[in-house]
This record gives sequence, C-alpha cells and structure tokens, in this order.
Amino acid sequence: MIQIPETTLPRLLFQNAERFGNKVALREKDFGIWQTVTWRQFADHVRAFAMGLHALGVRRGDVIAIIGDNRPEWLYAEFAAQSIGAMSIGVYQDSVAEEVYYIVSAAEARVIVAEDQEQVDKIIEIWPRLNGVLKVIYYEPKGMRNYTQPYLAHFPSIEELGRAYDREHPGLFEAELAAGKPDDVAILSTTSGTTGKPKLAMLTHRNLISQGAGLLSVDPLTPDDEFVSFLPLAWVGEQMVTVAAGMQCGFTINFPESANTVQENIREIGPRVMFSPPRIWENMLSQVQVKIQDSTPLKRAIFEWAMKQGYEMADTRFGGRKPSLWLRLRYALARLLVFEMLKDHLGLRFLKRAYTGGAALGPDVFRFYHAIGVNLKQVYGQTESAGLSVIHRDGQIKFQTVGTPLPNTQIRIAENGEILVKSPSVFVGYYKNPEATAETLEDGWLHSGDAGYFDEDGHLIVIDRAKDVMTLPDGTKFSPQFIENKLKFSPYIKEAVVFGGDWPFVTAMINIDFANVGKWAEQSQISYTTYTDLAQKPQVYALIRKDVERANADLPPAARIRRFLLLHKELDADDGELTRTRKVRRRLVAQRYQEIVDALYSDQREFEIETTITYQDGRTALIKTRLRIEELGDPSTSTPMVAAREVTR
Amino acid sequence: MAHRDSAALPTPQMEIDHVDLSFGGVRALLSVTFNIYPGSIQAIIGPNGAGKTSLLNCISGLYRPQRGQIRFESRNIIGLPPHQIARLGIARSFQNIELFRHMTVVDNLMLGRHIHMRSGIFSGGLYWGRAQREEVKHREFVEQVIDLLEIQSIRKKMVGALSYGLQKRVELGRALAMNPRLLLLDEPMAGMNTEEKEDMARFILDINEEYGTTIVLIEHDMGVVMDISDRVAVLEFGQLIAYGTPAEVRNDPKVIDAYLGREHALPLV
Repeated sequence: MIQIPETTLPRLLFQNAERFGNKVALREKDFGIWQTVTWRQFADHVRAFAMGLHALGVRRGDVIAIIGDNRPEWLYAEFAAQSIGAMSIGVYQDSVAEEVYYIVSAAEARVIVAEDQEQVDKIIEIWPRLNGVLKVIYYEPKGMRNYTQPYLAHFPSIEELGRAYDREHPGLFEAELAAGKPDDVAILSTTSGTTGKPKLAMLTHRNLISQGAGLLSVDPLTPDDEFVSFLPLAWVGEQMVTVAAGMQCGFTINFPESANTVQENIREIGPRVMFSPPRIWENMLSQVQVKIQDSTPLKRAIFEWAMKQGYEMADTRFGGRKPSLWLRLRYALARLLVFEMLKDHLGLRFLKRAYTGGAALGPDVFRFYHAIGVNLKQVYGQTESAGLSVIHRDGQIKFQTVGTPLPNTQIRIAENGEILVKSPSVFVGYYKNPEATAETLEDGWLHSGDAGYFDEDGHLIVIDRAKDVMTLPDGTKFSPQFIENKLKFSPYIKEAVVFGGDWPFVTAMINIDFANVGKWAEQSQISYTTYTDLAQKPQVYALIRKDVERANADLPPAARIRRFLLLHKELDADDGELTRTRKVRRRLVAQRYQEIVDALYSDQREFEIETTITYQDGRTALIKTRLRIEELGDPSTSTPMVAAREVTR
Repeated sequence: MAHRDSAALPTPQMEIDHVDLSFGGVRALLSVTFNIYPGSIQAIIGPNGAGKTSLLNCISGLYRPQRGQIRFESRNIIGLPPHQIARLGIARSFQNIELFRHMTVVDNLMLGRHIHMRSGIFSGGLYWGRAQREEVKHREFVEQVIDLLEIQSIRKKMVGALSYGLQKRVELGRALAMNPRLLLLDEPMAGMNTEEKEDMARFILDINEEYGTTIVLIEHDMGVVMDISDRVAVLEFGQLIAYGTPAEVRNDPKVIDAYLGREHALPLV
C-alpha cells in the first residue's frame, strides 16, 4: 500500500507555489523563445481566472468546457474551475462543430474556453442550439478583432475581472479552495467511443491523485525533470501525467510552439518521461525506416549492423538472461555509432522511461525501441480507471504483456474472460447516465470490456476488446488487433482493419501511408495523382503484398490473411471512422464498408464503390472508385506460402 | 467579410492619376486613374497582358510612366528609386518567387527589416551595443510575422528546400517584415491548390485586420477576389474599364464581356 494524500488537485498546485515559488512550472514556446511561467505565476493566474469564473456565475458542481491546443491557459482554466468546486471537460481540438455540440451540451457546460478563432467559429456555429452558456472565452486573439458577439471574452479580461472581484470578496477564494473534497468530481473525461458516442466519465480528485501517486511510486520522477505535453489534454493519458503526476511531483511541463513543431520542440527539451499512444511510436519508427532507406549504402549497412546488435541485446534482456561481455561490447559500439545519435534526433536521448498505452502496440515496434535503448513500457488502463492500472516494471518487460497491477490496484479475470479492475482510481460513474454506470461498475469492480488473462509471472495479457476477439474455424481464439499491429509495423501501412471470426478465413482492409508510399513511388518513378490513384497502382499492391506476406509468416495458418485490398480513402475521424484518439471504430467501419467486406469474401477480383467523404469545412462529396482485391492463396496448401517466404527473405 | 459601401469614401491613401506607360510602340497603360483607400483590400484583375503587373511595377518604382502621377499620401512618387519608395512604406511580393534560396527563412525575413536598420558598418560588424539591441528588436518583429503566417516549423530551413506554397508564404512574410502601410501582392495564389489558396486568403485578411495594412493584389482566382476584396479595378489592354465593389464589377457588362466571359455571368450573379 502507498499513502495517497487527502487533498484536491488545485490544493496541490497552491502547495507547489509555496514550495517551489520561482522555479519554472510551465514553459511555452512562443515567438521562437521558450517563455516560462513560475509556480507562483501559475497559481496567480489560476486564482485570477477562478475568481473571474465565479464573478461570471460559475458555481460548485458546474462544468466548464475547454477546447484548444495545449497551452498554459488550458491548465489555468482547468485548475481555476476545480478551485471553486467546478469540473472541467476537455474537448478534442480537432473535433467538428457537431461533436463539440454533443459534448458541450451533454456536459451542460456553463463556460466554454476556446483557444482561437478556429475553435470560436465552431462555437458560434452551434451557439443558437446551446443553452445556459454564460461566456465563451478565447486566449489567442489573432483574427478575433472583428468579432462582436456579446458572449465572447478574451482570457486576460476575465482574469482582470477576477482580480477586481477577488479584492471585493476577500477570503472567498481561500474558502472555496478549502471547501473542495477529495471525492468531488475534478474532471469529466470523454471515453474514446470505439463502440458509439463518447460517454463522460466522472473522475474525482482522489481518482486522479491516487493514479499519479501510483505511477510515481513505480517510476519516481523529480521536480527537476522535464515533460513535454503535446497530446490533447482532453485525453485521459495526458491528464494523468500532466495534471495527476505533474502536481504531485512538480516537474516542468513544456508546451510545443505549434502542432508542426512538436518533434523539434521535443528535441530541444529532451524530456525525461514520455507517454504516448502507439500511433506516435509507430510514426517515429516509420520516419526512421524511411530515412534510412534514403541514406547512403554505407550508413545503411552500419545501421543494419547496429540494429542486429540492438535486437540481440533486447531479446537477451526480454529473456531475463545476462548479456555476455562480447555482446555488451558490440552493443556499446552500436550505441556509439548509431543509437545515441538516433535517439538525439528523435528527442529521446534523456528519457528515463517512456510509456505506450491507449491501444496495443505491435511487438515489432516495441522491440525496436528496446533495441535502441529506449525504456519503453506498455501500460494498460482506460478512461474509467483514470488512465492506467497495469504497468511494466523496470527490468521486467515482456512485450506480449502489459505488466503487473499498480499498488492499491486489484485485477481479476471474470469467468467470461473479461478483465475487472478495482482501485481508488476507478471512476464514480458516467455523468448523468446511471444506466451506463450500472453496466460498467459492479460492487466497485470496473468491467473493462477487454478480454485477457494472467501469465505464469503474474503479468496481465490483454487479448483485445472482448467483442472483437474472433474464433477461427479451427477453434482457436484470435485477436484481429494483433494481426493489424503486425501489418502496421510496415512503414507503408498506416491503418489496417482485419476481418475474420464470422467468416471462413481472414481478410484485411488496408490504408497505405500516403507520405511514405508516395515517396517510394517517386523513387520508383511511378506517377500518381491522388491518394485513391496511388492506392490502386498494381506496383503498390505488390509492395504491400510483401508486407502482408511478412506478417503472415509469423501467424498460425488459420489466422493468416488470405485476401486484402487497399482502401481508396484514409480512415478519418471527421468521417467518424476513427475515434478522436485515432482508434478504429471497427463495427462502424464494417457497416459502412459492408460492400467491401462482402466483396472480400466473394469471388470478385475487382469492383466499383461509391463513398461519401466529409471535408474539413463540413462539405461532403461523393467519390466513385474501382478497387482491386489481392489474393494471397490458401495457406493450408503450403506451396504459395513457401514462395512468399522466399520473397520476404 | 463585409464589403464597404461605395458612398462616404475616406481620403485616398494612393491616387493613381492618368498614368501612361509605353514600351516603344506598345502602350501598356493608358491614362489609368483610380484611388486606393487606407486599410482596404483592393484587387486588380484583367486578362493576361492587360497591364496589371506593369501598374504594380510603376507603383513600386521599377518602371517610370511617361505621363501622369502616382501620389502616395499626397506625395508624387514617380521618379523615386525603388528603395526610397520602400522606405515610404510600400512593400511588394513578386509573381515569380524572388527570395534568397540559400538563406534560411528567418534570414530572408530579417532582410525585409533591413530598411529599418540604423546602425553603421562598424557597430554592425562587431555586433555590439546598438547593433545588437537593434537586431533583437527586429527579430522580435520578424517572430510576430512568423507567428502570424504560421511558419514556425520552417523558421530555420533553407528557402530553396521548401515547397512552392510555403515559399510564397515566406515571400509574403518578407514583404510584411518591412512593416509596410501599403502591400502590393502580385498573384500571391498562383499555382496553389485549393487548401493553400484558402490559407493564403486567410493570411491576407489577417494581415489586413491585424496591422491595418492596405493591400493591393493581382489575382486570377475570381472566387478569392470576390470574397476578400473591398474594391476591384479591372484592366483591359492597358485601360481601366471598371472600378468598384465586387458586386458592382461582376455585374458590369463590360467586365463580363472582356474578362469573365458570357458563360460566367450566370453563376457569378
């Protein structure tokens, strides 16, 4: 058991302001310079904005919504709301107006904090349908000069209002801050909504604080450590590290300059800890793979040699064996020649630990990071458990597992194989949705909806969403996600949706990675016009076929992909095909592309399809395309597979 | 964007007054007369060879008209060399990108500040005292331009390595770095795709709103012109054939005949 402080998040912040005073709390790159905010200034902003909210009429139990990129003001607004007993809800900044409407109205937000013109425009669009919103507060004034809506206000003006209100009501802030209880709801967090509309999970101060305490007890950090906050603060994973762990540890939180400069900014800061969903790690790896292919034969040879040493070292460690002196020497050379520089370029050089969570990360990606010496750990958890409940411990990393439960956390496998979680971090229910709460929470046990089991070392193995686990014709249970992750190891494959289970064999719908395949096409002198055109090139089919065969080689025969096709459009969150955390909404995709799925299981080799696509500005268009299906042959007859393996080697 | 009314016009910032320009026997501009109002966005349109770029070149001092006057804030600028016109607060971008390809984006933008630098060769060479303070001040201004045009991620990149759309944006940035009161843009959206055009249109509006800069642009994309300009001047064979708000111009039969063509008349109205 570990001790969990009986307090609230804003009280932790004000303690830090006392403790650290003029030490840097936040850093934001603006006008090309890292601008700093000390703990004292941080607390002052929070106090001013909290009093501003109170002056506007926000009271205990109200909700404020925040939509925008990660900036200091995002945190000011969140802590300000919590200081006066209100809750905050983050909305993913790339949400379309309709999604914003759904969340803001479901949460009955009283105030909306919207970053800039782009976000304010969405609110203005849905304004006539909103009820009870007092103010819309923006913090990036660019382009806002000619907006005259009376409900709009600039962030500093509300802080100014709050400072005046604070002077008129002495002691009010202290009283409000002290009135907060650990079991008050601190944030509403949207679930990713892979199966339907997102739900709003209520997380209390205790939930988040025990989460942060648990994480820090396993992997301690110091106030001198650096963290780059670049994933949406609406995501529970980012809240967990930035807010829950950040306030208890007091490390410096850095915000990148813009979405396009994240990689560069990470490199400048050299963070000590990173927490990212698999997509980020996959992207970084794809970048490395592509750049290496672009480089000179000598460099490529050195890289390949180093990677061989790296993989050998990683596998030795995964196996719990001690590396021999000879291996250690070779690895040291590989580090010197390649890994240190590689990590420096990726901004991973000073990492103590890195985490991946939110979805499963393919084992090949996992091995890669360990080979280059990044201590990447898998974690497992969900929004409803405030982020994570199971984590790899240093030195006990097995890439097929997600590790062992955090302190204070109990994990049980139900009779139907479902993973159940009980801990102080398990949420108190969905906001204004008792039916959904009753389905998910039973006697304090959280029903995760994931299927899993424990291995001989007590490590949890997560198979997949219980609903998605498929039973192959020969009776074995299999996870489509596992196959998808194998495919996504290829730099040319961005997304894959695997079908099986109800069908006689396994097929896959694949999204090519436009940037990487495009580059490959340029080098191979293949001309193309659009994504659709590129995806249907026979040469691209041949390229992807090689990667599918490579993935197949490691799979049991019944789970091998027999047919695949390259989708004519990218799966997109704006079309509702991905969640805002970029997970595939499998059932919706299967429904929407019913025709394609049917075609995959028919004897057609080519067919025509019409799809509606939604542009960024909300317009829709119809596209008509011919799609080709690639057949890989029946794996039960061994000859074609042998041929395929030869190709791969 | 609300279009301002034709009535109640403020004092013009620039008056183009009966300007004639000819190259030997070719008469590029024929007695062109119209006003440019402070804080507005004005477009110059017309078929190829109508004299649009020639007119811009006359304003920026590259060509010298044979007759007429161009008055900027009541002062005739015809005959002034380009660098003096730039000092008066008139900046321009070019139809074909004219940047230093082997310099970084920041360096190209800093060059735009050059006309405002006061320190001499000595302190500049030593980068000491006033020169250093000046450099910092100018860099701050350049950073505001970078922020406005959202080019933070390419700040330190060589211009030559950038995509065409981004180079166009950098060129706009360099003109803007001069902190002009009048900005001349020669086809800022030529060769761009729809998304890049939308971005550029938004930047032009932002510049106009944020800095109150008067903008004169030559553009072929009628959608953009009609959407963002307050006033449109139409040239044909060196003559001004129409001048007014977008609504007035697009309904003008002469313009429809000469430039938009009959078949465009319907969808535009």
